Amino acid sequence: MSDATAGQIGDQEPTRRDFIHIAAGAAVVGGGVLALWPFIDQMNPAADTLALSTTEVDISQIPVGSQITVSWRGKPVFIRHRTEEEIAEANAVDVSSLRDPQTDDERLVPDPEGALRPEILVMEGVCTHFGCVPLGDGAGPFDGWFCPCHGSAYDTSGRIRQGPAPLNLPVPPYAYLSDNVIRIG
Amino acid sequence: MAGPSTYEPKSGIERWMDSRLPLIRLGYDSMVDYPTPRNLNYWWTFGGILTLCLVIQIVTGVVLGMHYVAHVDMAFDSVQRIRRDVNYGWLIQYIHANGASMFFLAVYLHIFRGLYYGSYKPPREVIWILGVVILLLMMATAFMGYVLPWGQMSFWGAVVITNFFTAIPLVGDAITTLLWGGFSVGNPTLNRFYSLHYLLPFVIFGVVALHIWALHVPGNNNPAGLSVKSRADTVPFHPYYTVKDGFAIILFLILFSVFVFYLPDALGHADNYIPADPLKTPEHIVPEWYFLPFYAILRSIPNKLMGVLAMFGSIGVLVALPWLDTSKVRSMRYRPTARWCFIIFVIACLALGYAGAHNPEGINLWMGRAATLYYFVYFLLLLPILGLVEKPKPRPASIADSVKSHGEPAATPAE
Repeated sequence: MSDATAGQIGDQEPTRRDFIHIAAGAAVVGGGVLALWPFIDQMNPAADTLALSTTEVDISQIPVGSQITVSWRGKPVFIRHRTEEEIAEANAVDVSSLRDPQTDDERLVPDPEGALRPEILVMEGVCTHFGCVPLGDGAGPFDGWFCPCHGSAYDTSGRIRQGPAPLNLPVPPYAYLSDNVIRIG
Repeated sequence: MAGPSTYEPKSGIERWMDSRLPLIRLGYDSMVDYPTPRNLNYWWTFGGILTLCLVIQIVTGVVLGMHYVAHVDMAFDSVQRIRRDVNYGWLIQYIHANGASMFFLAVYLHIFRGLYYGSYKPPREVIWILGVVILLLMMATAFMGYVLPWGQMSFWGAVVITNFFTAIPLVGDAITTLLWGGFSVGNPTLNRFYSLHYLLPFVIFGVVALHIWALHVPGNNNPAGLSVKSRADTVPFHPYYTVKDGFAIILFLILFSVFVFYLPDALGHADNYIPADPLKTPEHIVPEWYFLPFYAILRSIPNKLMGVLAMFGSIGVLVALPWLDTSKVRSMRYRPTARWCFIIFVIACLALGYAGAHNPEGINLWMGRAATLYYFVYFLLLLPILGLVEKPKPRPASIADSVKSHGEPAATPAE
C-alpha cells in the first residue's frame, strides 16, 4: 500500500499517512506472529509428558546373552547383557571401515567409579533409517540387530554395518545409580 | 447493490486466474469496492466482530480437540490437563470458554441492531431468517460445548436440557432415550455431543456464508432505514468500513482480553470445577448467562409442555417477524411509539436475564412473568398493530440527505 501511495506522489517526501500505513501494517504482522506462537507451541510436549522423561531399570536380572526392552519416552530401549564373544567381536572391527565410526567403548557410559561395563549395552531400539524397531538376539549378518523394514543390519555394538540406515543405534543419556540400577534420561 | 463488477485484473497472473476461478474478483467486489451506505454507525460493526468470533472459536476449538478426551472417566481430567500441563493450554482454553460469551454478547447486540433499524424487513427477510438459523446453531453448539468439561454444571445442564424433549407428548421419552444413547446422560451422550460440537461450527460457517451472500444482494440496511438510491449514498467498503470495523474489533478484543486475562472464570460457575456426579444435583443450577432469558421464560410458565413451547417459541417468533411487523418504515428513528416499545423490549430482555439468574420466587417470578408476557406482546400485538396506527416522522429524501440533516459535514473522500 505504501508503494501505491509513493507511486502517486512521485518524488515527494513520505507523508504522515505513509507512516501510519507502515506502522499499522507492522503492528498487525507483529501481533499476528506473536498470537500464532501459542497455537504452535501447544503441540510441543506438555508438562506431564516431559515429567515422564526418565526411567529407572534393574539390570541385575538380565541373563548373559539376552536382552530386555524397556520403554523410555514411549520408545523402546534395548538393554543387552552381552557375552564375551559378542564384546570381542565388537572390538575386533576396524573402526575406520565403519559408516558411522565409533569404538565399542565410546558407546558405553562409565559407572560412578569411572569403570566401563562392556557386558551391559544400552541403546535406543529405533532404526536410524525410518524408525522401526530392529529384531535382536543376534539377528542379521553381523550377529547384532536387523531391521525388518528395509534391511539395515547392526553389529554386536549396535553399529550400522549394512543397509540404508545412516547412523548407529543411538545411545540414550543414562547413568548407573548403583551396580544394579540404571536411570535412562 | 450487487451491481456489475468493477474489478479489473492488473497482472497477467490475475487475468489468467480471473478467467478460471474469479476468487480475487469475489474478494474485491465484496470487501474492497463493495458500495456501502455512508451512514453506518458502530452498531453495524458487529457483523465483522462476529465473523472474527467464529474464526477464534474454530481455531481454538480445533486446538483443544487435539488434547481433549471425550470419555466420562477422562474428560474432566483432560480439561484440567489442558489448563495445567499443555503449553499455553490455559490461554487457549480460556479464550475458547470466554469466546463463547463474547460471541453471544456480540450476536445479541447484532440482533438488537437488526430489530431497532428494521433489518428484517423486505428485501432482507432471508438474511434475517438465516440469522435466526445461525442463532439456533450457536445455541446448540454452545450447550454441547459446555457439557464437554464434564463438571457438575456440565452434567446437570445436559440432563435438564435433554429432558426438555420429554415434554413432547407420546414420543418424548423415546426421543430423549435416542438423544442420550441410554437411559440417562452417560458416555454415549458425551461422545455424540463432542462429535456434534466439532461439526456444528462448520455448519454455522456455511450458513454465515449464505447470510453474507444474501446480504450482498440488497446491500446493507442503515440507520436511516432508507434504500440506496445513488452512488452519493454510498462509500466503498475499503477503506471506510475496513477501518471502522477494524477499530471496533480492537475495542472488542480489549474487552475480550480483560475477561481472558483478568476474569477468566467470572462468567462460569464454581460448581463446574467439581467432577460430574450423576447421583447429586448442585443446589443452585443455572445455565450460562447467555441462556438466562430463555431459562426465565421456561420457568415463568407453570406447565411443563407450555414452558418448553414458550421457550422455543421465543425464537420461533423471530422467524415470523418480517411478516408480523406491518410498518413500511424500517428504522425506529422515525417511529416515535414503536421506538419506546422497543426500548421497553430491551429492558424486558434484561429483566428476563435477571429473573433467570435468581430463584423463581416472589418478585423475581412475577418480574419474569411480566417480561415474558411483554416479550410476546411486543412481537404478536404491538408490532402488527403499530404498523397500522402509528404516524411515522418525516424521513429524509436519501441517505446522503440524512447525513447532512444529522448536523454532520458530509464526508468527502480524501483523494
